[in-house]
Order: sequence, then C-alpha cells, then structure tokens
Amino acid sequence: MEPWSLFDVAPRWTVTDLTRYLRHLLESDDSLQGLWVQGEVSNLSRPSSGHVYFTLKDAGAQLRCVMWRSDAARLRFLPQDGMGVEAHGRISVYEAGGQYQLYVDALRPLGEGALYQEFLRLKSLLEAEGLFDAERKRPLPERPRRIGIVTSPTGAALRDMLNTLRRRNPLVEVVLAPTPVQGEEAPPALVEALERLNRLAAPDVILLARGGGSIEDLWAFNDERVVRAVAASAAPVVSGVGHETDFTLVDFAADLRAPTPTAAAELATPLTLQDFWADLSAIQGRLQTRMSALFERQRVRLENAADRLRFFSPLRRLQTERQRLDEAARRLAAAQAHRLQLAAARLGGLANRLQALSPLGVLERGYALVTRRRDGRLVTSRAQATVGEALAVRVRDGTFAARVSEEE
Amino acid sequence: MDKSEANEIEAMTYEQASAELEAVVAALEAESRPLEEALALFERGQALLKRCAALLEQAELKVRQLSGEDLSDWTDTTP
Repeated sequence: MEPWSLFDVAPRWTVTDLTRYLRHLLESDDSLQGLWVQGEVSNLSRPSSGHVYFTLKDAGAQLRCVMWRSDAARLRFLPQDGMGVEAHGRISVYEAGGQYQLYVDALRPLGEGALYQEFLRLKSLLEAEGLFDAERKRPLPERPRRIGIVTSPTGAALRDMLNTLRRRNPLVEVVLAPTPVQGEEAPPALVEALERLNRLAAPDVILLARGGGSIEDLWAFNDERVVRAVAASAAPVVSGVGHETDFTLVDFAADLRAPTPTAAAELATPLTLQDFWADLSAIQGRLQTRMSALFERQRVRLENAADRLRFFSPLRRLQTERQRLDEAARRLAAAQAHRLQLAAARLGGLANRLQALSPLGVLERGYALVTRRRDGRLVTSRAQATVGEALAVRVRDGTFAARVSEEE
Repeated sequence: MDKSEANEIEAMTYEQASAELEAVVAALEAESRPLEEALALFERGQALLKRCAALLEQAELKVRQLSGEDLSDWTDTTP
C-alpha cells in the first residue's frame, strides 16, 4: 500500500466502536459463555469493593479474571496466588481498559471438579441400585436405649454428640466405635466399625459423624464401600457429616441425614429427660385418679351395704313390730269407741223404754203421785191417809204440799 | 409389698419400670377388681413410680467402646 493511500479515506471505526464490536463478537460466541478454564492464580487482589481480581496463567499464557463481590461471597475457600483452580464464567471485554477478561461466577480448587464428577457418577450408580430409595429409610426408635457412635475418638464431633446426649437423655447407653474419619485408611475402617458395632453391640440407632472440613477431608463419606455399609447396617443410621451445606453420599444412604454431629445426636433422642419427667407426672396423676375413683366406689358400696344392713337389723324389726302394735292399738281403740257408741245408743233406747215404763211417765199423762211427808211412803190406800196427814203430791213438773182435810 | 418384690423393683432399668408402670395403671383403669387386689397393684405402681423418678434423678450417660470382641468403659482422653 502506498503511504498516502492511508489518508485516502476517513477512518471507519472509533476505538469505542471497535471495542464494542469486539465485545459483541466475543459475547455472541456461545462457546465463550459459561465455560470452565483451568489455571494457576496470580496477582490476586481483593480491594475494599469486595470484588476479586486475579490472573489465571499457565506455561504459555495469561487470562485476566474478575469475580464480582456477590459471586465472591459464595466462595467456599480462599483462593491464593500459586493455587491451581478451575474457574467458571464468561469471556467479555472491559472497554475502558481495552482488555478482554473472564468474568468468573464460580471457582473451585483444581481436582475438585474431578472429585465432583466421581461423586455424581457414584451417586447415580447407587441411586439406580435403589440404595437411596425413600422406602429403605427406617424410622428411628422413639426410645433408644443403646446408641452406637462411629467417629473419631479425638474429634470435637464426638464431644459435641456426647454432650448433647448427656444433656437430652442420659438414660441411654453409648457404645463408641472409634475409627479414623479421613485419609486412605478411613473407608475400610468405617466399614469395619459399622459392621462390628452392629454385631457386638446391636445398638438401636447409629450416629455416623464427622466434624467440618474440606471436600477432600470428607471424602471417606463418599466412598462406595462406606455408603454400601451404611445401607446394609442392621441398626438405622443417622449421618452427621461436616456442616449444614455439606452433602455426602453417606447422607443419601443414611436413614436420616443430620446437618451436623450435634443435630444427629438430637435427632437420635426425640424424647428428653424433660419428656420423661412429664410422662411420669402424667402417669402418677392417672394412678391417683384411678385410686380415688376406686376408693369412692368402695365408699358407695359400703354405704349401700350399711343401708341394707339397717334394713334387716333387729332394731328395724322391733320398730316395725312396735308400729304394728301401735296400729293394732289404734284399731282396737277405734273398735272400742264404735262399740261404746253402739252400746250408748242401745242404752238410750232402753232409757226411753224405761222412761215409758216409769211411774213418773204416768205423771206426764196427768196422774199424780202422793207420798206421806212423814215417812215418804207412797199413799196407795185410803187407810194411809188420815185427816191432817201431810202429803207430797208430785205432778209432771214438780211437787207441792197438801193436807188431808176431812174424811169422805 | 414384701422385701423380694421391693428388691425386684430396685433392680429394674428405667425402661422396665416405666413399661410395667404403664401396664399397672392400664390394668387398674381397664377393669374393676377386688379392692385388695387393686390396692396391691396401686402399691406396686407407686414403688415403680419411685424407682423411675430415682433413675431419672441419678441418670448419668454411660459410654463404652468396642475393644476387640468386647465392650470396655470409655474415658475421654481428649484434652
């Protein structure tokens, strides 16, 4: 090209237009949106804005990366310079700086991705076998007597569980199957602990637990052998591995998944000492109510018996007899009175008849009775009345005096 | 209640005592029986109640561990 030809035409692009065009090119390529890229962290900075800036590099190239504060807040580890990571995000252009860069929305340590793939593979395999089926889950006993614990004898998880059990239900007996919970030797040791615990102690429920840690630390709880041993356990298993956000395959195979070891101990003791006291007090109430009712019924029965006894007592018969006697006396008196009345009536009749027959009755008809005053004798003959003799003449309504005046 | 009966109750675990206590109360509630029998049951119920309360009072978490083919007492050796 001739030198002057450069000036032949007006520039077709502004920098902004060009940068915008490049940005558009990159953003419209689907293979650059939502990609995973692997590299080593360098030049990491985290200013007060909360956004994280770093460079991913490998032997041949570098890639500018930015992670916004909202995405960085979800990070489960602290990325550091020199750390191998896998970053997920989209490629775009920072126009003001004229730089293309990776806008990271997720970041994980290198290797974790492979672990996660293995996790998913095993999960779907065991799931297909039915190891995680809801129907396989057994209910936990309401009143466990013996609780088995499979965990490290030196971890905080054990102390947390024992404290929780002690506080909630110290009536239970704990049988510990001590075992390493991380490292190469952990999976076979966990399997053996579960098997021996079931065989030697026959606990009512087993707590399989471990405190929090990195995904590698918890990996024994994703081991196929351990998962199968949990599913095969004679006693129901409560898993309490890591923190609330950690999920292991053992959690899926367990009869119940607890977010933490402490929570596992709580779930295994649905009833606490407080509940036992309440139960006891309730049953005491029932016992007393029942006995009160029993005594009350006995009292009523006794009273009935006393009533019946009184009914048949000699005293009562005496009273009955006395009453009968009184009744007889009353009837006797009545009969007597009646008889007397009859007698009186008859007497009245007799008296009338007597009256009619009485000499005095003649007086009524106009006759008079004459008696001598001197001796009261009835004068019935001429001879008895001499001249001068004082006489009493009795007529119907009284007596008057008379004297014989002359002889006839 | 005679001595052997008291000893028998004294040897019961919480589960045994509370299960029998429940049975005693249920039996008392279910049917009327001669007073003497009811009184004997009541007395046994009260002894069981006492045993349960004592066990709750004294309850102390017992921890053992698998060792070989046996169970041995476990003592916390963590600092």
